[in-house]
Amino acid sequence: MSILINNDTRVLVQGFTGSQATLHSEQAIEYGTNIVGGVTPGKGGQIHLDRPVFDTVKEAVEKVNPNAALIFVPAPFCKDSILEAAESGIKLIICITEGVPTLDMLVVKKRVDELGITLIGPNCPGIITPGKGKMGIMPASIHMPGSIGIISRSGTLTYEAVKQTTDLGLGQSSCVGIGGDPIPGSSFIDILKMFEDDSQTEAIVMVGEIGGSAEEEAGEYIKNNVTKPVISYIAGQTAPAGKRMGHAGAIIAGGKGTASDKIKSLKDSGVHIAENLVDIGSKVAEVLGR
Amino acid sequence: MNLHEYQGKELFGKYNLPVSKGIVIDDPENALKACRDIGGSKWVVKAQVHAGGRGKSGGVVLVENPDDAREFAKKWLGKRLVTYQTDSNGQLVNSILIEECTDIASELYLSAVIDRASKKIVFIGSSEGGVNIEEVAKNTPDKIIYESIDPLTGAQPFQARKIAKVLGLDSQQTKQFTPMLLNLMKLFVEKDLALLEINPLVITSGGKLHCLDAKINIDSNAIYRQPEIEEMHDSSQEDPRESEAAKNDLSYVSLDGNIGCMVNGAGLAMGTMDTIKFYGGNPANFLDVGGTATQERVAKAFKLILADPEVKVVLVNIFGGIVRCDLIAEGILAAIEEVGVEIPVVVRLEGNNAEIGSQILLESGVKIESKNDLAEAAKKAVELSK
Repeated sequence: MSILINNDTRVLVQGFTGSQATLHSEQAIEYGTNIVGGVTPGKGGQIHLDRPVFDTVKEAVEKVNPNAALIFVPAPFCKDSILEAAESGIKLIICITEGVPTLDMLVVKKRVDELGITLIGPNCPGIITPGKGKMGIMPASIHMPGSIGIISRSGTLTYEAVKQTTDLGLGQSSCVGIGGDPIPGSSFIDILKMFEDDSQTEAIVMVGEIGGSAEEEAGEYIKNNVTKPVISYIAGQTAPAGKRMGHAGAIIAGGKGTASDKIKSLKDSGVHIAENLVDIGSKVAEVLGR
Repeated sequence: MNLHEYQGKELFGKYNLPVSKGIVIDDPENALKACRDIGGSKWVVKAQVHAGGRGKSGGVVLVENPDDAREFAKKWLGKRLVTYQTDSNGQLVNSILIEECTDIASELYLSAVIDRASKKIVFIGSSEGGVNIEEVAKNTPDKIIYESIDPLTGAQPFQARKIAKVLGLDSQQTKQFTPMLLNLMKLFVEKDLALLEINPLVITSGGKLHCLDAKINIDSNAIYRQPEIEEMHDSSQEDPRESEAAKNDLSYVSLDGNIGCMVNGAGLAMGTMDTIKFYGGNPANFLDVGGTATQERVAKAFKLILADPEVKVVLVNIFGGIVRCDLIAEGILAAIEEVGVEIPVVVRLEGNNAEIGSQILLESGVKIESKNDLAEAAKKAVELSK
C-alpha cells in the first residue's frame, strides 16, 4: 500500500510542453510513473515525450483516461487549470506552481471540496511513492521504499527528512509536500488521515514551520484520531518576529503561529518533537525502537 | 505589499467609503497651503509609514494652527518613526497626510483578513475601537464579531446587519453601514487584498460613520494583475538590502548574528538558522536562493551576505534536488572568485551528485570547508564564527 500515488495512477500533465513540465515529466517517466499524456492549449494533436498532447482536459479524459493531474502552468492560469481538471472529473490534482493569488485559491478550494477532489499544493514539491511513481519535482534518488509517511509544508525540508530516513534504512511509504501557501489544497489533517489508514505506514513525520495554525490543528486531530507515532520538526524556532501592520493578523491568529506555540501544542498532543533539524531521522528510529 | 494610509484612503474614496478631506505633502512649505485648501480651524497631521501605533509615538498630532502643521512636517520628514509595531530602526517618514479634523462621538473597529483556518475572508468588528483591540479580543471575546464571507456568494446585506448589531449601530447608521460593508468586500476582492483595517471606524458627533484610518496589505502573488497598486509601492519602507534581494528574486532578511547563511528553500533556510543556534552560533541573515541555485544567483547572494560587515563566516547549505550538486559546486567556486570572498566558507551539499560536488570543492584549492552532513557543517561554521 501507499497513499495518493501507486502503480495504477494514470497521470495527465497540464502545461505539458513547458520547460519545467518537460524536465520533470521526463524524470517521472524514467522513475516509472505512468504519464498518459498532457494538455497545452493550442498544441493539441502534437506528440511530446512520446505522449499525446490535448487542447483540453476533457479531450484527454476521453482519449487516455487519466485519474490524476499534475499542473505546471504559470501562476496566473492555475485557477483555470485546477478548475478545468476538477470539472472534468479528475479526483487527484497536484499543483506545483508557486505564486498563485490567494483569492484564486479561496474559490478553487471551495469548489474542489464541493466536488470531493483531493488537491495538493500549490507551491509544493508534489508527491512520491518510492519505487512506484512520482508527481512532482523532488529528486527521486534520495528516496527508498519503506514504512515512514512524510508530510511537509516546505520542499527542501521534505528532502532533508527523506534523506535522513533513507540513511537510517527506514525508507518511506509515501511523501507529500502540501505546500507553504496560506490556502493549501490539502492540510496536514487530510494527509494524516490517509497515512493512518495506510497499512504500509508505521510512523508519520510531519515537518511544519512558523505561521498559521495548521500544526496546532493537526495536533488536536492527532490526539483524537491518529494511533501511529507522529514525529514532528518545526522550522523557524529562531526566526525574529516580523514587522507588523495593524491588529487584524494578531486577532485572527489568537496567540498561535510561533514555533514555541506549535511545539508546545504538538507535545501536548503526544507528538514526538525533533528539536534539531538534523535529528528527524534518529528521532523516528528512537520512537520505533530501531 | 503594504499601502500608506493616504493611498488606502484614496482607494476608500473610489469605493464610496467616507474618508476625511486630506492632502499629502512631502515638503513642510506646502503645509500652510494644504491647511488653507482643506479649510476649517483644526487639522490632524499624520506621519505616513507602513506601521501602526503612530499616535502613541508622536506620529499623529492635532494642530489648531497651520504653522504647527508646518513644524510637525519639518520635524518628521526624512526622519524615522519608531512604534511598537516597527523594529528598532523604525520606518522612514517621507510624506505627511494633513486632514480636516473629525469630531468623534465613539470609536469602533472593523477589519477584514484572509483566515487560513476557515479558508474565507473574515470581517472582524468590535464596538471597542482603538489601540487596545487585541486585549478586547483576548479578554472580552463577546464584544467581537467574526463574520465569514463565502468566496462563491460574496458578502450579503444580512451580514452587514449582523456586524452592525455588534458595533452597536442604530437603524440610520446600519443603513449607512450596509453599502459600506459591501463596498469594502468589493474593494478586497477587486484589488486582491490580504488585509484591510479601519481602526478606528468612528461615529461622528453628527451620528455618521467615518473611516479615520486605512491599513491595506495586498497579496504579493497578485501584484501582476494590479498595475494601479504596483505604482503605489514605496520601497523606502523596506530594508534596502531586502529590497535589493527581492529585485534579484532572492528572499533575504537581515539578523544580528555573524554567520552568513545561503540556503535553497525557505523552510530549509529557517531550519539551518535553527541548527546554527542549536550549536551555539548566531545567524546573520535568512537567505533563500530559491529552488535553482545557479552561479549568477549564488554570486548575488554572496554579495548580499558580504555587505554585512558583521559576517565572519558563510554557511552554504544546498539540497540539490533536481539540480545536480556538481553544477552547484562549480557555481559556488565561480561566484567566490567573482565576488572575491575572503572569509571562511563552509559548504554542505546534498542531493544529486553530492559526492562529485564535494570532490570538486575539495580539489579547487579554494579555502572551503566541504561537509556532506548538515550537523558537521553547522558545527564548523559556529566554531569559525567565534
